[in-house]
Amino acid sequence: MQPINASRKSILNKLRSQPLPSNPLPEVIHGDWLRYNNPIEQLGNVLRSVGATCESLTDMESVRAKLQSYPEFSDAKRVLSQIPEIPGNVTLGNIDRPHDLEDVDFLIVRGEMAVAENGAVWVTDKDLKHRVAYFINQHLIMVVRKADVLHNMHEAYARVKFSGPGFGCFISGPSKTADIEQSLVIGAHGCRTMQLYIVD
Amino acid sequence: MALATLPVLKSQDHPTLANVFAADEERAHWHDGALWFVRQKRDRQANSVPEWEHLRELASQIKEHAIANVADYLEKFESNASALGAVVHWAADAKEHNEIVLKILKENQVSRIAKSKSMLTEECHLNPYLEKNGIEVVDTDLGEWIVQLRHEPPSHIVLPAIHIKRQEVGETFHEHIGTPEGNSDPEFLAHAARNHLRQKFISAEVGITGVNFAIAETGGFVVCTNEGNADLGASLPKIHIACMGIEKIIPRIEDLSVFTRLLARSATGQPITAYTSHFHGPRPGGQMHIIIVDNARSDIRSSPDFHRSLHCIRCGACMNTCPVYRRSGGHSYSNAVPGPIGSILAPALEPEKHYSLPYACTLCGSCTDVCPVKIDIHHQLLTWRRELAGKKIIPYSKRLAMKFTSVLLRNSWMYKLAGAVGRTGLRWSPRWVVYNPLNVWGKGRDLPEPPRESFRAQFAKHKSERHGVEDNHSSTSSSASSNGKPH
Repeated sequence: MQPINASRKSILNKLRSQPLPSNPLPEVIHGDWLRYNNPIEQLGNVLRSVGATCESLTDMESVRAKLQSYPEFSDAKRVLSQIPEIPGNVTLGNIDRPHDLEDVDFLIVRGEMAVAENGAVWVTDKDLKHRVAYFINQHLIMVVRKADVLHNMHEAYARVKFSGPGFGCFISGPSKTADIEQSLVIGAHGCRTMQLYIVD
Repeated sequence: MALATLPVLKSQDHPTLANVFAADEERAHWHDGALWFVRQKRDRQANSVPEWEHLRELASQIKEHAIANVADYLEKFESNASALGAVVHWAADAKEHNEIVLKILKENQVSRIAKSKSMLTEECHLNPYLEKNGIEVVDTDLGEWIVQLRHEPPSHIVLPAIHIKRQEVGETFHEHIGTPEGNSDPEFLAHAARNHLRQKFISAEVGITGVNFAIAETGGFVVCTNEGNADLGASLPKIHIACMGIEKIIPRIEDLSVFTRLLARSATGQPITAYTSHFHGPRPGGQMHIIIVDNARSDIRSSPDFHRSLHCIRCGACMNTCPVYRRSGGHSYSNAVPGPIGSILAPALEPEKHYSLPYACTLCGSCTDVCPVKIDIHHQLLTWRRELAGKKIIPYSKRLAMKFTSVLLRNSWMYKLAGAVGRTGLRWSPRWVVYNPLNVWGKGRDLPEPPRESFRAQFAKHKSERHGVEDNHSSTSSSASSNGKPH
């Protein structure tokens, strides 16, 4: 159901009426890009610099134990967990309106990969019914496998694929703003804290 | 929230408006410092990437290719986006863009909008248009919301409220959302905004976002924010409207590996924005509308001199580094996109209104040095001056002065005479004669002390001295003597 539009034709005609010299597209995936001796250490440093935390643990059980040791987590009223080993109390399947996730305190999810150069963690809505869950929670906990820590964005985009409707996001740190006098404030509209755990 | 329409700045030239800004000396210095701080953060990030210059080169090549083949890529994008379930609209100008947005709202019988930052909708003056038609628009980026509450346009494309002080934000919030009088703590104010705007997100029926990159190959697009406002706005309501200029197109999804490394580092000195969201089609049960806007971009593309300005990815680095922008403020440009890049784009839209912008430039070239897609900004500004002078758009006084200078520079005897008159005149004339209102070079600064003799005279003297030296030391190598100093 495309709207019939005269402007479409006139814009395209005008753009085609003026040929510009064209160059070939350059190679951007393979190249001599920035790599790190210890990408996990670099990842942690960048995440701390953008107001997040990052910790390497052996397995999911240690992540669960670690989270339980925080009173803020153990006392939280609504926890939405997408990881079976870490129990939550919000069942996404029962929620029809994304707005009903407004009071979710914690979201716990797996990230598909994490990028050492900038602390970006890739998440998608493949197994998440309401993608707003990534943004409406107060505290975001993400878990990434050690093998999925990459050096740079070129390695990351070699893996990013869309083969149908979907949503994906690189998240790097909690939401933030510096719109008042360049003064950094953590916790703008999205999550107020972000923790990343790297597991074996 | 019933907001009055934004005041459309009177068509005044840049020097006049810059004077108003610079009159508050303390604020002008503070503004200069705030932007220089961002420039320094950008430098630290750029220096942390060894292949930075290579990335700039790649970005430039991708953009050049994309703009050269833009019609093909837009069609490819349209067909792929439609296959994902999005509805693609085309708007020739700002008016048509605004009408399409209103039509979508009317068809769905909705009237509450959460809007995230989009310079295109600023360019099209979408907010006043929608408010006139009874639609509530809330700008949800903190900086944009601050300027919206204060009925001002943004003064910077990435930092919309960079010209406003914390005390003023405190007063605005006290007046509009009842924060305690006198509280101007940025953290407190930002959290008050978070709580207030959460309710706006929850009640919004439509989310409007801009587009940072539209991917022809996949039919998706990317929006970059730090606050998470675009994601809340686009993921809670059922309807998402994304507005993009034709120049936002990139051919392949992997091209983002270059742009995501450059954009935030250049813009705010961050390694990447907190959220880099990739939207592909509407979410289940929702609607996605993409409006592709020309609004004179095809004219700029047709210009052999200025088509490269369409490579711009709107990072704002050229503003942060510009000595004129930092000292004159974004509002002095009277254009949605201010600063060096805005001074190329604006005269293409309305040359009569924006003729003074290419002159708001010292040709220092700093903008060109920091541009992540390697636009030759200061060269294009110089080209604009030639073009505007040819079109006789610039004021008569300036044209006359240029004509006079041109004659002077072409006649060596006139040039010599003028130099002699100037050197003697400046030394002996009383102050009030030199610093008269006609001498714009004497405004707000002292002219340098004139030298006793002209460069020609000094050069001739040095030359004869050097000859004397060479006669005495004929073995002196030519490279040593070429620096013109007797040894």
